[in-house]
Amino acid sequence: MKKITATILALVMCVSMFCFASCGSVNDTVENLEGTYTQEYAGTTLNVFNWGEYISDGSEGSLHVNKAFEKVTGIRVNYSTYDSNESMYAKMKSEAVSYDIVIPSDYMIQRLISENMLQKIDYSKISNYKNILDEYKNLYFDENDEYSVPYSVGMVGLIYNTEMVEEAPTSWSAMWDEKYKDNILTFSNPRDSFAIAQFLLGIDLNTTDKAEWDRAANKLKEQNKVLQGRVMDEVFNKMEAGNAALAPYYAGDFLTMKDINDDLEFVYPKEGTNIFVDSICIPENAKNYEAALMYINFLLEPEVALANAEYICYATPNKAVLTNEEYSLKDNKILYPAEADKPKTQYFHDLDSSIRSYYEKLWEDVLRES
Amino acid sequence: MKTFGRIFNFCVYVLLYAPLLIMVFFSFNESKSTSVFTGFSLKWYQELFSKSDIIESLSNTLILAVLSSLIATVLGTVAAVGLYKMRSKFLYTTMNTVTNIPMMNPDIVTGVSLMLLFVFAGRLLGLSEYLSFTTLLISHVTFNLPYVILNVLPKLRQTDEHLYEAALDLGCTPIKSFFKVVFPAITPGIISGALMAFTLSLDDFVISYYTTGADFQTLPLKIFAMTKKTVKPDMYALSTLIFVTILVLLIVINIVQERSERKAKGEIR
Amino acid sequence: MKKRNSYGSIALNAPYTVWSVIFIVVPLFIVAYYAFTDKSGAFTFDNILELGEYNDIFFTSIWYSVLATVIALLISYPFAYFLSRQSEKSRRLQMMLVMLPMWMNLLIRTYSWMNILERNGLINNLLGMVGIEPVKMIGTPGAVIFGMVYNYLPYMILPIYTVMSKIEPSLLEAAEDLGCNGINKLRRVIMPLSLPGVVSGITMVFVPSVSTFYISQKLGGGKIMLVGDAIERQMQSAYNYNLGASLSLVLMVMIIISMAIMNKFSDEEGGMVI
Repeated sequence: MKKITATILALVMCVSMFCFASCGSVNDTVENLEGTYTQEYAGTTLNVFNWGEYISDGSEGSLHVNKAFEKVTGIRVNYSTYDSNESMYAKMKSEAVSYDIVIPSDYMIQRLISENMLQKIDYSKISNYKNILDEYKNLYFDENDEYSVPYSVGMVGLIYNTEMVEEAPTSWSAMWDEKYKDNILTFSNPRDSFAIAQFLLGIDLNTTDKAEWDRAANKLKEQNKVLQGRVMDEVFNKMEAGNAALAPYYAGDFLTMKDINDDLEFVYPKEGTNIFVDSICIPENAKNYEAALMYINFLLEPEVALANAEYICYATPNKAVLTNEEYSLKDNKILYPAEADKPKTQYFHDLDSSIRSYYEKLWEDVLRES
Repeated sequence: MKTFGRIFNFCVYVLLYAPLLIMVFFSFNESKSTSVFTGFSLKWYQELFSKSDIIESLSNTLILAVLSSLIATVLGTVAAVGLYKMRSKFLYTTMNTVTNIPMMNPDIVTGVSLMLLFVFAGRLLGLSEYLSFTTLLISHVTFNLPYVILNVLPKLRQTDEHLYEAALDLGCTPIKSFFKVVFPAITPGIISGALMAFTLSLDDFVISYYTTGADFQTLPLKIFAMTKKTVKPDMYALSTLIFVTILVLLIVINIVQERSERKAKGEIR
Repeated sequence: MKKRNSYGSIALNAPYTVWSVIFIVVPLFIVAYYAFTDKSGAFTFDNILELGEYNDIFFTSIWYSVLATVIALLISYPFAYFLSRQSEKSRRLQMMLVMLPMWMNLLIRTYSWMNILERNGLINNLLGMVGIEPVKMIGTPGAVIFGMVYNYLPYMILPIYTVMSKIEPSLLEAAEDLGCNGINKLRRVIMPLSLPGVVSGITMVFVPSVSTFYISQKLGGGKIMLVGDAIERQMQSAYNYNLGASLSLVLMVMIIISMAIMNKFSDEEGGMVI
C-alpha cells in the first residue's frame, strides 16, 4: 500500500546502518596490557552503569576504554548511563537490573553503603590501587576503604564572562547582584543550589538544623528575581554563546567551555565550594564480581586513566597520570590549584531522609516562587 | 484563497523545519559547540563512524520502533474495530477511557509503574533479569496502542456501514467483507496511526529509561544521558544523516509510487 | 448499528482487553497504591492532602496546555484544509513532510530551538540587524507554550487531515449548488464532518502538553514549573514515589474527566453528522 513506507524505510536504514558499524580505535598503548589480564572470564558480560560522557569513548582519536577492555580480557561490556546520582539510586533500588560496576559520588556511596547496596571490594586483586593518591583514600564515606575506588574528582566554581561583568567576581554574592539581572544561571538541582546559599551564609552544607535550611531557602528565594534560568547541561551552550554572564559549574567543564569562548573565566569563590569524588563501586547484586574487579583495575591502569582524565577534563586521583609528562592538564591551575590557592572545600554528606524530604519541600517552594 | 493557502502552509513548514536546519548547520561545526559556529568541518561525521556504540544504539532504536509500531498497529486496528462494533455503551466508554490512560499519564509515571509491574512479575516468575528487550518492547507497544486506536476509530466512524452490510448480503464472509470494504476505507487511519506509533517509539526516552535492560540502549537514551556533559555536534551529524536518509527515501518512494500509479491509470485507459 | 457478529466482537476485543488490563490497568493500580501509602507502605491520605500546595502549578500547566492546544488547532485546521484541497501527488508528499520532523529526536529539536530563541540566538541576531533590541524569549511562558505547539503540531495536523481528506468534493459542490457561501460551507459541511479528527487532535496535543517536563525545562530555562516537572522531580531526584504517584493520579483524574466531556461532545456531534 501507499505507505508501508515507514516500515520499508526503517528496514533500509537498519541495514545501511549495520553496514556503517565499523570498529572504533583501540589505541596501541593498550597492546602492552594484553597478556597481563587473565582470559579466564572471556565470554562473560559485565554491566557497567556510569555517568553520561564520563569515559573516554574513542572520539577525536582518544582511547576507546570499553573496547580496549574487551580486547584485553575478552569480557563483553554492557555500558549504560545515568544523568544524576538520584536517578542511578532509583534504578539500583528497583533491583530491576543488576549492574556489576557503578560510579556514584561520595554522598551517594555513603547512602548505598548504609543501605547495604554495595559489596566489599577485594583490593588484593586491584594491583593498580597503589596509583591512587593517599588524599583520596579512606574518605569519610568509606573510612576504611572497603567499598570504593576513586575515579574522578571535581570542584564547583563560578564561571563568568569577562565581556559581561564589570569586575571579576570573588564571592558567591555576585549571583545575587542586581547588576546582572537576567544574566545569572544556577543549578537546577536542590543540593547544589542550596550549597551556594549555604556557603554565602556560612552554614554547614550538611547541617541537620532545619532553621538553617530555612535561611538558605529564603536566600534562594531572593535570588529568583535576578535569575535567567536554572540549568544543568544547557549551561555549556548558554555560556559558550555569551547568553549569560555568570554560572556556577564544575571546573573540568569550564575548560571545555573556555575552548570555545575565550572570554570566559573561572573563580573559586572565597566563601568556599563543594568538592566531590566519584568512585567506582560494585553493587551488592552484581553477577560478575571477578570481572568487575578486573574492570576497576583496568580503569586505574596509567594509560587508561590518562585517556579518561584527558577526555573527561576533571581532576584525576591517579598518581601515575599526574606524573605523566604527556598529561596535558598536568599544570592546570584550575584543576590542580597550588597549595596556597586551594579553595575551602566541603563534601556533601548523605543526610537522613527527614532532612532530605525537608529540603526537597523547601526547594519546591523556591521553584514555585520563581 | 489558493495563494493564501500556499503561503500559509509554507510558513508552517518553515516553523517545522527551522530547528532541523539549525541542526544540519551545526553538524558541520569545527568546534564542540552547538551554539557558536567556529568554522566548517566534517570531523563530526568522521567521529560518528568511528563510534560503533552510537551506530549500535541507532539500529537498536530502529529495531524497537519497527517492531513496536507493527505490533501496536495490528493489535490497535483489531481493537479499534472491536471498539467500533461494541454495542454496550458502558463497555465502550470504559475501554475508551482505559485507552486514553497511557496517553494522559506522564511518561515518567508510565515508566515507573511499568517498571514496578515488571519487577513484581519478574520476582513472581523467578526470572534472573527483570528487565530486558521484551519489557521494553511491551512498554512501547503499550504507549503506542492508543495512538493507533485514536487514528483508526474516526476512520471507522466515517465508513459507510451499509457498504459492509451490502457485501455480506452479496455473500462475502464477514472477514472477507471487512478486508474488501472496511479495510481500504480505514487504511489511511491505520497508516497515520502506524506512523505516529513509529515516531513516538523512535523518540521515547523516559519510559525506555525505566523499562530497558542493561544490554539494550537506544539512541534517545544515549542522548538523554549526555546531560552530565553536553550534546555534541556528532549527535547533530547523526540526526542530519538520518534526516537526509529519510528525505531521500521519501522522494524515491514518491517517484516510484507515482510511476506505478501512472502506469495503472494508463492500463485502465 | 445492527446486531450481528457478537462472537466476532468478543474475539476482536479480547486481545486488546487482556493487554490493557495487564499493562494499563494494573500499573494504574500500582500508581494508586503508591499514592495512598507512605514510604513504609502504611495507608495514608497525606500525599493527597499535600497536593493543595500544588494548585497553582496545576493551574499553570492546564492553562499553558489549553493555549498550546488552541494555537495548534488554529494552525492545523487551515493547514489541513488547504492540504486536503491539493492534488493527490502533492498531498502525499506533504503528509511526509509533516511527519519528517517528528522522526528527529525531540531532545535534539528542542536543543536547536534553544539556539534560535536564546538571547544571542538567531532571532535576536536578525532583530539586531534591523536595529531592534534583543527580546527575551527563553525562560518565558511564551517559549514553553511555543515548544508545546511546535512539538505536538503534527499530532493535530494528521488526524484533522485524515478526516478532511475523506470529505467528498462532490459534497462541497452540492453545498455550493444549494447556495452555501464560503463561510456557510465551512460551518455547515466541513466543520461537522471534520469534528472527529479535531477531537483526536485536541487529545493528542493537550495530553502530552499538560504532562511535559522536558520542554519546560529547556525552553522555560528551568524557571517555569509544570506538573510534569513536579512529578519528574518527585520520582527522580527526590525519590518520593508516593507524592509523585499522587500528583500523577490527580493529573490523570483531571484528564479523564476532560476526556469524558470531550468524548460525550464528539459522540453527540458525531451522531448528528450521520
